[in-house]
Amino acid sequence: MARSIRVIVLTGNGINCEMETAHAARLAGADQVDIVYLWDFASGKANLAHYDFLCLPGGFLDGDDLGSARACAIRMRHTMTPSGRLFDQIRRFVADGGLVLGICNGFQLMVKLGLLPSLGGDPGSQQVTLTWNDSGRFEDRWVHLAVDPESPCVFTRGLSQLELPVRHGEGKIVCGEFASVETLLERRLVPLFYIDPATGRATTDYPANPNGSSHGMAALCDPTGRILGLMPHPEAYLHRTNHPQWTRAELPVQGDGLALFKNAIEHLRSGQ
Amino acid sequence: MPCRIEVALKRGQRDALGARTAQRIHQDLGYEVLKVRCVDVFTVDAALDVDDLTTLAAAIADPVVCEWSVERPLARGFDWLVEVGFRPGVTDNVGRTSTESARLLLSDRWPTGARIHTSRQYLLSGELVRSEVEAIAIGLLCNPLIQQFRVLDRQTFESDGGFVAQVPTVAQHEVPAVETVSLDLSDDALLVLSKERTWALSLEEMQAIRDHFATPTVVARRAKAGLPAEPTDLEIEVYAQTWSEHCKHKIFNAFIRYYEPGREREDIDSVFKTYVRGATSKVRAALGQQDFCLSVFVDNAGVWKLDDEWNLVFKVETHNSPSALDPYGGALTGIVGVNRDSVATGQGARLFCNTDVFCLASPKHEGDLPPRLLHPRRILEGVREGVEHGGNKSGIPTVNGSLVFDERFLGKPLVFCGTGGIMPKEVAGKPSHAKQAEAGDLIVMVGGRIGKDGIHGATFSSEELHEGSPATAVQIGDPITQKRAVDFLLRARDEGLMSSMTDNGAGGLSSSVGEMAEGPGGARIDLQKAPLKYAGLAPWEIYLSEAQERMTAAVPETSIGRFLDMAREMDVEATVLGHFNNSGELEIRYGDELVGLFDLPFLHGGVPQMKLEARHKVVDESDPSYEAHGDLTSVLSSLLGRLNVCSKEYWVRQYDHEVQGGSVIKPLCGVSNSGPSDAAVVRPVLESMRGVAVGHGLCPRYSDIDAYHMAACAVDEAVRNVVAVGADPDKIAALDNFCWCDPVKSKANPDGDYKLAQLVRANKALYEVCVAYGVPLVSGKDSMKNDYAIGDTRISIPPTLLVTAIGILDDAQLAVTMDAKRAGDAVYVVGVTYPDLGGSEYYAHLGLSGGAVPKLREPAATKQTYRLLHRAMKARLVSSCHDLSDGGLGVALAECAFAGGLGLVVDLREVPSSTELRDDALLFSETPGRFVVTVPQSAARAFEIVLGEMARQVGFVSEDKRLVLSGQSGEAVVDADIFELEAAWKKPLWF
Repeated sequence: MARSIRVIVLTGNGINCEMETAHAARLAGADQVDIVYLWDFASGKANLAHYDFLCLPGGFLDGDDLGSARACAIRMRHTMTPSGRLFDQIRRFVADGGLVLGICNGFQLMVKLGLLPSLGGDPGSQQVTLTWNDSGRFEDRWVHLAVDPESPCVFTRGLSQLELPVRHGEGKIVCGEFASVETLLERRLVPLFYIDPATGRATTDYPANPNGSSHGMAALCDPTGRILGLMPHPEAYLHRTNHPQWTRAELPVQGDGLALFKNAIEHLRSGQ
Repeated sequence: MPCRIEVALKRGQRDALGARTAQRIHQDLGYEVLKVRCVDVFTVDAALDVDDLTTLAAAIADPVVCEWSVERPLARGFDWLVEVGFRPGVTDNVGRTSTESARLLLSDRWPTGARIHTSRQYLLSGELVRSEVEAIAIGLLCNPLIQQFRVLDRQTFESDGGFVAQVPTVAQHEVPAVETVSLDLSDDALLVLSKERTWALSLEEMQAIRDHFATPTVVARRAKAGLPAEPTDLEIEVYAQTWSEHCKHKIFNAFIRYYEPGREREDIDSVFKTYVRGATSKVRAALGQQDFCLSVFVDNAGVWKLDDEWNLVFKVETHNSPSALDPYGGALTGIVGVNRDSVATGQGARLFCNTDVFCLASPKHEGDLPPRLLHPRRILEGVREGVEHGGNKSGIPTVNGSLVFDERFLGKPLVFCGTGGIMPKEVAGKPSHAKQAEAGDLIVMVGGRIGKDGIHGATFSSEELHEGSPATAVQIGDPITQKRAVDFLLRARDEGLMSSMTDNGAGGLSSSVGEMAEGPGGARIDLQKAPLKYAGLAPWEIYLSEAQERMTAAVPETSIGRFLDMAREMDVEATVLGHFNNSGELEIRYGDELVGLFDLPFLHGGVPQMKLEARHKVVDESDPSYEAHGDLTSVLSSLLGRLNVCSKEYWVRQYDHEVQGGSVIKPLCGVSNSGPSDAAVVRPVLESMRGVAVGHGLCPRYSDIDAYHMAACAVDEAVRNVVAVGADPDKIAALDNFCWCDPVKSKANPDGDYKLAQLVRANKALYEVCVAYGVPLVSGKDSMKNDYAIGDTRISIPPTLLVTAIGILDDAQLAVTMDAKRAGDAVYVVGVTYPDLGGSEYYAHLGLSGGAVPKLREPAATKQTYRLLHRAMKARLVSSCHDLSDGGLGVALAECAFAGGLGLVVDLREVPSSTELRDDALLFSETPGRFVVTVPQSAARAFEIVLGEMARQVGFVSEDKRLVLSGQSGEAVVDADIFELEAAWKKPLWF
């Protein structure tokens, strides 16, 4: 009998995509999906040890008041649970083979916690950042994405192209001295690129690339491929009626975004 | 000693916010700056050593792109520096968040109660003089009402070594003593007192309060309670708030004598009861078993049935006066305020969509601005940002809205904010739409703390601003504190921990506790227990403050422990202030001292009814004579570029319209995702295919001719918009929001009786169309004093009714968008065109006034047409459907074409019309009740059978990317490339 897959979707403190993210996990076949308040770790009601797959949904953690997700990264580093620091619980979860998916603000949180790209060195130190779109504006628009087939990312396995919406003001990936663009590309840690739909090639041109991220980088994974952060919202395209042109195009009932969740569940079911 | 941490982007990193600021300085103010860079300043008001400050700075700053400093300025390479910070007491969200971060980082080393305040430096490079820099500061960077700024040139900066840390704290005072107010005064003196204290009470109302306090039973009761015979300051403030126009809607409830030329006088005992509630009662009675209303006009928002499992909640509010003064804060608090209304309805609702409609003067306004008015461009950008932060940060999609332009909105912009919610039919075993605080329940305040924010908000629109008291004038919302509180309250709801809750909006605790006490029949509360932002508030200020992010809950004794524990775990402040009882009285204490005692029936029912006169005028609808323009292609192109018609994509994209995952019809649609949708469709429950359509109608220009038809057209437009996207015409509910210019005649307002007649007529139309359409009104609001009067300048807004329509699609997959889909599809016009050009965009373009106003001639027949169209949609016979509004048929055809990336070939002689119309009249008339529909060839016959005479084929969709319209002569009168038309439509409002 296949093992039971348990998914935890975080909420609270400004997270606001928990409902559709949990819906995605259920549609993808998870056996148990719990939406859990960030606060419930401190009280000991919630513990990552009971789960296989952690989803960090989009939102505005602490209002993004110190830049996207920064204040919440400080909060998570310093939150104490009955069994120690929450941050240690997260690292243990990752080390034990858990999957982590961070979407938009969740991706920003992972980067600022140092969970991505996680190229070694001091664990938990921030190596890249997500900063203001070149336009200086928040924007909601749909983008075309190409998948790097060589990426170790388990979420994008077997996929080639996706259409998803982006909804962010701070989505531009900027690399620092610890993790250069070249290293990320060489190690195939960029599983998704913004592409120009006309050419199918990665682009830095607005609006196909909504934020000016170099090389069209839209996502990052860690070297194990089990941790993925992306700016576009896969949980916002689960059904054909989510697509902006569903009234004029023949589209499959299932939206592109669901595939990422299905891959995750599939990996967990078959992998161990 | 306070000290400064500064954070800036490293050299070489793109400063996107700086670049955008530079662009706006150039575009909005016309100054040339070479470059703007920003530095964020954190003023730490705590005694910390350098190590701790360093730890804090390193944690706040992004290590990849930012540099930081402690007690050392980062600014360099600039000509002028402007530092903008908040005034004392103004909500500083970034400051609050950084304070929380500091407490987590430094734990015990962070002193209790210490705070961080934030400000921002703008480093300007360019050849500017000080006066220009100050103009940039006041014109763009700083709103002096809530912020303050300092300017330094580079030399002074270098010689002084930057700024010394300064903390904007509210001076701490002793709690002011409770005063009594003598009402034993002459009539004149009573009126002067009311004006001086900004109570906005009329003479009759002042007399009613005076007489109440002189009643022997009241005198005896007060003596027994140990209260002075004269009212306390708290008591009279509570009457002023409870009886304010804002809270009591005295004009809508007035007794009105209505005079119309050639007709007998009509006496109307409350337009609200007669027309608004009257329409709903009549519709509900006619619906009988099919009545879907559950709770209307009794709660914070209307509640009705979505289906057998879920209830819908909707509320629309205005936030005009605050937005005029501080557009950002005004719109932000408008959105988060209406969010609280819908959350705190029944047992509590989860919010699934926001709407926003702004009425403004042209952002391209030139010429002098009257004193105290902000430039419309700045208001536009401010309200946009306010809604962006209010909606996006709360995780509620902004799905529908409008921008409406008229020069008279310079005097008062209108900011309408709406919110839809959903709740299960039953919550914890009780019907979700009902709520009732019980005697014995505890009064618990949840969420933010109380400051002097928004005191006198309920009467604020008529108030002159005081120098030096800006913190009380306007507010900034804190969406995250509110989101946490809402998360908590919905969790408490699901556990059945509350009997009732309501929000603290206008009037604060006075309003929420006063209203909730009506059910159980009494309450007792101690204001000393209320958590404050800073000390020194008088009891009446605590009770009346409109500080944001607060809810009042009624929690049974048995649940209070669990309720408070849950709040603590979720980092939400919840404080027991008192309890409800059945004493018949509202008793307000401050510690041991009794500071107010109210007889509840008098407080809620004692306000004297206003008596007003309304005088209508003879309406002249003769059309001006003018020559038709020879080139209708260029006229059409110009109309597409008019502000009320053109693309609003720049705004729409900055609002998250998809969060929560239920988006079906977005505000933008079509082949390049930029066509203008008529209404939104959302699936609020992801497991279900049930769709909710959200649309609206408003046409203030028609009021210039006849407010009756303005209102009739607004109702029709709202309903038509949701029908256009597939909503069932028999399951539509609507909300009415009236924004009027002062309809009370006085010396300063000599035509007030005409404005009141306009209000009466608008209500008559609202009633008649709602009844004919079978659309109940489930909630509404009015704002009556939208005038500007300073010195000799008086600007009154055009009377405006916003109607919001909410429809239901049993299957969201049957929704329809407005873009042409396939070459070869047949093009139909549904509805008959009359020469209705009065108040039209076409006349406005030609500079003409007057004329025959658009009229909804046969509402019952129109409703039947909508039913037939809906039947065709359900049978999947319709490819696209677009409603005809501003700019009429010509604009609708053009939009349908370019949104679909296809051409249209149309013979205007086939368009159903009342008589033979000139080509320009046919193209640009704004007769309501009409659509452009495209239908696959294969379905054309079936479509014609369903619609019968109500639709006529006028042409077809073509592969050729041109809009070709042939006129009465048979020759093409419009022949244009669709991409050129689209470019004209997209150009005007793109910044």
